Amino acid sequence: MSANASKLINLTLKVWRQKGPDVKGGLETYEAKDISTDMSFLEMFDVVNEGLILEGKDPISFDHDCREGICGACGAVVNGRAHGPEEGTTLCQLHMRHFDDGDVVVVEPWRSKAFKIVKDLVVDRSALDKIIQAGGYISVNTGGAPDANAIPIAQEVSDLAMDAASCIGCGACVASCPNASAMLFVGAKVSQLKLLPQGDIESAKRAVTMVETMDSLGFGNCTNEGECEVECPKGISITNIARLNRSYFKARSLFKKGVN
Amino acid sequence: MNSFLNTIWSSIGKKWVMAITGLSFCGFLVFHLLGNLTVYGGPELFNWYVEHLHSLGVLIKIAEWVLLFLFLVHVITGLLLAYENYRARPVRYAVSKTAGGRTLGSRSMAITGILILAFVVFHLLTFRSAGQKEVGDLMILTNWFHRPEMVAAYIMAMAVAALHVSHGFWSAFQTLGAGHSGRKSKFKTAGIILSLVVAFGFGCIPVFISMVS
Ligand code: SF4
Ligand code: FES
Repeated sequence: MSANASKLINLTLKVWRQKGPDVKGGLETYEAKDISTDMSFLEMFDVVNEGLILEGKDPISFDHDCREGICGACGAVVNGRAHGPEEGTTLCQLHMRHFDDGDVVVVEPWRSKAFKIVKDLVVDRSALDKIIQAGGYISVNTGGAPDANAIPIAQEVSDLAMDAASCIGCGACVASCPNASAMLFVGAKVSQLKLLPQGDIESAKRAVTMVETMDSLGFGNCTNEGECEVECPKGISITNIARLNRSYFKARSLFKKGVN
Repeated sequence: MNSFLNTIWSSIGKKWVMAITGLSFCGFLVFHLLGNLTVYGGPELFNWYVEHLHSLGVLIKIAEWVLLFLFLVHVITGLLLAYENYRARPVRYAVSKTAGGRTLGSRSMAITGILILAFVVFHLLTFRSAGQKEVGDLMILTNWFHRPEMVAAYIMAMAVAALHVSHGFWSAFQTLGAGHSGRKSKFKTAGIILSLVVAFGFGCIPVFISMVS
C-alpha cells in the first residue's frame, strides 16, 4: 500500500448552527464517521448531512458551487483558519487527508459586520458586490471589437494585472483579517484594472468610489497585519493594498477639488 | 464636507495620519537618541548638550508644541481606528489562529501604544519638569537611575517602544503606498533594525548611568 492511499477517519465536528440572520446561533457537535481521506471538506459535509437528513434533522447549510477552487462560493473558518489549515486552497479543495483520526474540527462562518449570516455557514457577501458596482468596471463605447495587441502592454505589467485578477471574491481576506477589513479584495480589484491602460483612465474615480463604498459598509481598517495574504486561496499579495493606498491619494491629492 | 476632510476621515486617510505622525516620532526618536548619547561622553558633554538645547529657546518651545500636537493626533486617531476595528466584527470567532501574517509587534499595537502613552506622561512629569528646575542636568538622571526599579521600568518601556516601532515603521510605508512594499519588503527589515536601535540605544543609558554613578 502506498503511503498516501486513502483511509477512513472519524472526526468530531463542532459546527456553527444558526437558523436565520437575526436569531441566536451556537456550536453544535456532530460525529463524522468513516470519512475517506480522499474526500474534500465539502464532501465530508455531504456525508454528515445525509446522516442528518436520514435522522429527520436539518442539514448544515453551506455555500458551494464549482467545487474546483475557482468560483469563490465556498468558505468557512476551520479551526481558526479561513478555508482551513492549508495555504492556497479554498474549502472545496481542502482534502480530508490533512486531518487525523480523532481530530476535533471547529467550523464557523466568515465573521464580519459587513457579512450577515443567512443560515449556518452561509453568509451574505453582497457587500463585496456593492464595492464592485461602485467602480470595479471600465466604461467603453460599443462598436467593433478593438484589434488584439493594438495597445502594447509589458509582460511584467500584464502578469501583475493577471495576478490581481485571480481574486475569486471569496471573502477569506475579510474573514481572516483581525480587523475584518476588505482592503485585499479592493486592492486586488483596483490593481487589476489600474495596471492596464484601458482601466487606468478611470482609476482615480474608481479608487475613491470603491474605498468610500467599502468604508460605508462596516468593514474594518487595514492595519497591515498580513493575515489576508497568507489566507487568500489565490495568494493575492498585499502589495496590491499598497497600490490602492497610492491610487487613492493620487486621486484625492488632498487639495484637488473633487475627482475626475 | 470638503474634499480634504472627506479624505482624512476615510479609512485610508486615517491610516495616512497614523503613518505620517508615526514616522515623525521615528525621526524624533532618532534625534532624541543622538542627543542622549552624549551621556557616554561624561557630565560635561551631556550638560553642554542640555544647555545648547535650552539655548534654542523659542525653537524648542515650537518643537514641543508640534510634537504634542502630533502625539495627540496619533493617539486619538489610533484609538478611533482600534475602536472601529473592534466594531467591525461584532461576533468573535470561537477559535482563531494566526496564519502567520501577524507578528508580536503588529498584534500588540494598541496595547504597546497605550503603554507608551503612559510612559511618555510619566517621563515628561519626571524629567522635563525636573529639567526646568535646573538642578544640574546629569544629577537628575543619576538620582533617578540610582533606583533599580526605575532602571527596570525604563528598560521595559524601551522594549515596548521597540515592539511598537517594529511594526509601525514598516506599516507606515505600506500605508503610504511605497513601491516594493509587502510582507517581505526591505522596509520591514529596516523597521526591525530601527526597533533594535531604539531598544538598545535608549535601554543601555539607564544601565550605564546606574553603573557609573
Ligand atoms: S483577495 Fe483572496 S481572499 Fe480576498 S476575496 Fe479575493 S480571492 Fe478571496
Ligand atoms: S465551491 Fe467554487 S471555489 Fe469552492
